[in-house]
Amino acid sequence: MKRLTDVLSSGVPVAIDGKPFVARVGDSVAATLLAAGVRACRTTPVSGAARGPYCMMGVCFDCLVTVDGRPNQQGCLVPVREGMRIERQSGARIAIDRPQDQP
Amino acid sequence: MARGYDVAVIGGGLVGGAIAYGLARVGRRTVLFDEGDVAYRASRGNFGLVWVQGKGLGLAPYGNWTQTAARRWPELARMLKEDSGIDASLEQPGGFHICLSADELESRVTALTKLIHQAGFDQYAFEVLDRKALSARVAGIGPDVVGATYCALDGHCNPLRLLRALHAAFLKRGGEYLPQHKAERVERRGEDFLVHTGGREIRAKQVVLAAGLGNAALGPPIGLRGQVRPQRGQVIVLERVRPFLAYPMATIRQTDEGTVLIGDSQEEGGFDESLKISISAVQAERALRIFPGLRDVRVNRTWTALRVMSPDGFPIYEQSASQPGAFLVTCHSGVTLAGAHALDLAPRIAAGNLGADMQPFSAERLG
Repeated sequence: MKRLTDVLSSGVPVAIDGKPFVARVGDSVAATLLAAGVRACRTTPVSGAARGPYCMMGVCFDCLVTVDGRPNQQGCLVPVREGMRIERQSGARIAIDRPQDQP
Repeated sequence: MARGYDVAVIGGGLVGGAIAYGLARVGRRTVLFDEGDVAYRASRGNFGLVWVQGKGLGLAPYGNWTQTAARRWPELARMLKEDSGIDASLEQPGGFHICLSADELESRVTALTKLIHQAGFDQYAFEVLDRKALSARVAGIGPDVVGATYCALDGHCNPLRLLRALHAAFLKRGGEYLPQHKAERVERRGEDFLVHTGGREIRAKQVVLAAGLGNAALGPPIGLRGQVRPQRGQVIVLERVRPFLAYPMATIRQTDEGTVLIGDSQEEGGFDESLKISISAVQAERALRIFPGLRDVRVNRTWTALRVMSPDGFPIYEQSASQPGAFLVTCHSGVTLAGAHALDLAPRIAAGNLGADMQPFSAERLG
């Protein structure tokens, strides 16, 4: 994924899965992920299939990510902010731990 | 040209769908009328419990019928899978009724005890659990929970898949499904019944009214009284979370795909289908007292649907005395009773006789 124009704008330091990355002011979290080369940002709760940003306008819910510890955020609707922690997510979020399921 | 069928089933929801499927399975040439999306589709809005616990206080045969239905369900699920390829996601691990105060628990136990000791009631065991015993079996129970009752017969399924499976299996068994066909009127014509729909007349030897709230208007011309009223129920649908709840509860369940549903509100409000936020707030508050860990889980959607309630809340199964061959079926538990409707009721209708043991469900009891 490449940008069509090389607009000059200031950088916004964020972390993607704990690794530093410089995003751009005004970009969404989903755009930031694409710019960082992240194609798949989650796996689905039912089948575990990989999903990544698709519609970029809040409709498809395929770009769900964990932002600053909050799971299932629509990456394309959240503007990137300095210091933001963006994490890919695997399957459904955990609300309540079921001890007997632990290995 | 009028076409002839053995049976016309009016109403393509869970009740009509299950009966039509059962009739087609025993070889009856069956036509199923489904009004369309303009109908008050209770079958599209329900919670999905296959529930026995607590049912039948005041009418023991209803408690027994519900138990029969729950026991029939595994066979129905197997048949539907075979005929339609669709898995209705039936699970029957037993279910809990959660109590948030000592008073609630006490009156719950009193009611269940009274229920199973009624004359003629097929007794089943239920367990009473205190907080500690419940927490040993269910993770994440909140501090406000005082205890629960448990019945091993309870379960749940995916009601939307059930509806789809019933329609698909009905077609597979040679049934004719008529979507967007409102049955405007049913009348006796000679030996047969005529169903009037969109300028057409469709002829059948028998007719089954399973049109939910529509039964009230369809019944009288063929000697059947469909005394039903709408009762609103609201459901809150949360986003999918990692499986944490292996048992259905009366007001909360987690689907096989991880979605958490909060339900079981009951409001009298006529045909008003609008969502009342004040009701949702009470439902959410109680759910959070049961599972505080759901606090940050987001709501994906909410919906309302109208239950089909008889005056005393029990089902009505009746053959018309003045127009034999015409039957009326109504209940508010189309999911729970699906197994009994397909496997027990449909063959009785096919035989033209509901049987003496169904007499308690006649509308006569309503005066």
